[in-house]
Amino acid sequence: MNAPAVLHAPGDHARTTSRFTVPGMRCAGCIAKIERELPKTPGVHAARANFSAKRVAITHDPGVDEAVLEQALQTLGFEAQRVVDNPLGSDAKERKQLTRALGVAGFGMMNVMLLSVSIWSGADGATKQLFHWLSALIALPVIAYAGRPFFASAWMALRHQRTNMDVPISIGVILATSLSIYETLTGGDHAYFESAVMLLFFLLAGRALDAEMRTRTRAGIGALLGRMGKSASVIGADGTTRRVLAEALEPGMLVLVAAGEALAADGVVERGASKLDNAMLTGESMPEAVSVGSLVHAGAINLGAPLHVRLSHVAEDTALAEIARLMDEAGQSRSTYVRIADRASRLYAPVVHTLAALAFIGWMIAGAGWHQSLVIAIAVLIITCPCAMGLAVPSAQVVASGALLKRGLLVKDGSALERLAECDIALFDKTGTLTLGEPRPDIASLDRDARSVALGLAQTSRHPLSKGLAASLLRAGVEPAAVTNIREVSGEGLTGTWRGLRVALERPDSATTALATRLTIGDESRLITFTDPLRADAAETLRALGQWQISASILSGDRAAPVAEVAAQLGLAAEAEASPQAKLAALEALKAAGHRPLMVGDGLNDGPALAAAHASIAPGTASDASQQAADAVFIGEKLMPVAVAIRVARRTMQIVRENFAFSILYNLLAVPLALFGYVTPLIAAIAMSLSSLVVVANSLRLASSAKEPRA
Amino acid sequence: MTGLAFLIPIALGMGALGLAAFLWSMKAGQYEDMDGAANRILIDDDGFGEDEA
Repeated sequence: MNAPAVLHAPGDHARTTSRFTVPGMRCAGCIAKIERELPKTPGVHAARANFSAKRVAITHDPGVDEAVLEQALQTLGFEAQRVVDNPLGSDAKERKQLTRALGVAGFGMMNVMLLSVSIWSGADGATKQLFHWLSALIALPVIAYAGRPFFASAWMALRHQRTNMDVPISIGVILATSLSIYETLTGGDHAYFESAVMLLFFLLAGRALDAEMRTRTRAGIGALLGRMGKSASVIGADGTTRRVLAEALEPGMLVLVAAGEALAADGVVERGASKLDNAMLTGESMPEAVSVGSLVHAGAINLGAPLHVRLSHVAEDTALAEIARLMDEAGQSRSTYVRIADRASRLYAPVVHTLAALAFIGWMIAGAGWHQSLVIAIAVLIITCPCAMGLAVPSAQVVASGALLKRGLLVKDGSALERLAECDIALFDKTGTLTLGEPRPDIASLDRDARSVALGLAQTSRHPLSKGLAASLLRAGVEPAAVTNIREVSGEGLTGTWRGLRVALERPDSATTALATRLTIGDESRLITFTDPLRADAAETLRALGQWQISASILSGDRAAPVAEVAAQLGLAAEAEASPQAKLAALEALKAAGHRPLMVGDGLNDGPALAAAHASIAPGTASDASQQAADAVFIGEKLMPVAVAIRVARRTMQIVRENFAFSILYNLLAVPLALFGYVTPLIAAIAMSLSSLVVVANSLRLASSAKEPRA
Repeated sequence: MTGLAFLIPIALGMGALGLAAFLWSMKAGQYEDMDGAANRILIDDDGFGEDEA
């Protein structure tokens, strides 16, 4: 993206580029590590990290599989997810267009201002005429180009018989431009090109900031139900298998699910016994044992032996698709939320039109002549649609989301901050939200050799325990040992050879309930136990939320016993074994009772609840669908960003209200002056710039808002 | 007055140059990864001092 030219040596056209979302990229070291180490993978030519978007573009031979690349990133210690090509293309395009328009308007404003200042300083006669003509020459193409976003939006609104902020802006700009052209043609005294261009410039600055915020944060979040198997091996009557796409599967078909494969549809196991990783659906990190007769769901990953599954529900009928549908419907209710700026402009726009019309009529009646009346009406239109009003909301939100981003929280759009500020009750999922959601091994008892052997073995497997073990060891800075002859036996474990000794990571013999694996080196063997610990600052976060009068409780799909344990530890009320539908119902009930619930969750089973809540936050480890449904995503092992988000959101709304108060005050002063014809272009220009500067400066106070408050 | 014949084209030309530079920088992706650029300065090219992420 950034420097693609460098990546292509001349003559090699047979390379493709894949993009991956890498949310864990957090510092310069990460960039260096990825860009330096990835090309060492066979088939990979270059990697380029985009830190802002948390993406890595990898140039590789077409033969290299995406799973291999994902695995390579994983070995470096980064969770990665393939990004489907440019799903956010339209958003990025809109932002680029706005920035270009802003550049053009800036160019026009500077040049036209230069000429206008000369006129104001006393240029007259032929010079003045020349300058008017020059201004027209510069301003007309600039207005035509830079004004397009406003004209288009105003036209859309008018066609649907509505009015918005862009209507008075467009009318003002078009009237001012037409009048200026008339003045220039007839050799008149005043032209208002500079007012029109300057207005466009400042308004575009507000729009560009707004668009920037929406795209840059959303870009970090990939979106797809991609985990669901895309195809399945169907076993025919004669015992042969063939690959069938997920959409073409039918109930009653018998499919073979190999180890490591994701199920593409729901069904019942007919032959075989294995373990399934159901984290996608339930958020439960412990693999689920299945055998003949067990119900299995699309999205689950087979970790053990091959299974024969008779399909019962396919495509749109699977539990996964059902959740996606629920989420979609629940999300609808939130899209009706009206942003503060829209509410203000809905009230404000008619007032502006009326005032301008009244000014025109009033001055006509007073006998000022149509020319002067029109000039005053335009002044009213322009001065009452000040940049201050346009910047009040986006400037505050951009600064606040920037501050939050530094604390590891991505807010997806401006309305999310407004909704977060209004929340009065919080619901937490347990696994992956209050807890880390991944099995953490106890590696303190292992010596150096044991650690590096364990890593050498664990990094070759996709089993969740192996992945958890490898991640912990990598974090501890362990170098993997060169283990050879590694074999993975489904349901048993990994074996290999190291310095002539037999080494293994195996299932422990004793049927303990706790998660554990047994590490064997030669004759020695020891048990590594796993736990899913609470996030270190969970209790502190809940206390901070309490300070903001937000009461918290647990709403989990997990079994009652572990939920009760966590609830007791944190002193929270809890509801366990809640299905996605039950979670949704609980939120609807809270909303009906007049509450504004904040949902914090990660599993796909939280998806509908996240979409239905007044505002929602998901951890960066959540399923893509949940991240998509949530308003904000926090990265890292701390829960504190949730509390910080609430604090900053409320502070932001306070600043927004201040900005509005200021711009209303400004209007109260400026409108009467404009109405009575005291506003010359120079005064309008200074007042407009000054009011915007005040608003932006006020918003900048949010920059430090995400830091720890001083006691 | 004759001075204007030079000064105005010069002023316009410099403005246009700035605009062209801005449009080029956008097209070349200079604004794609602002935070990354801030971080890349910290990377040592010789590979020393690379900390754990």
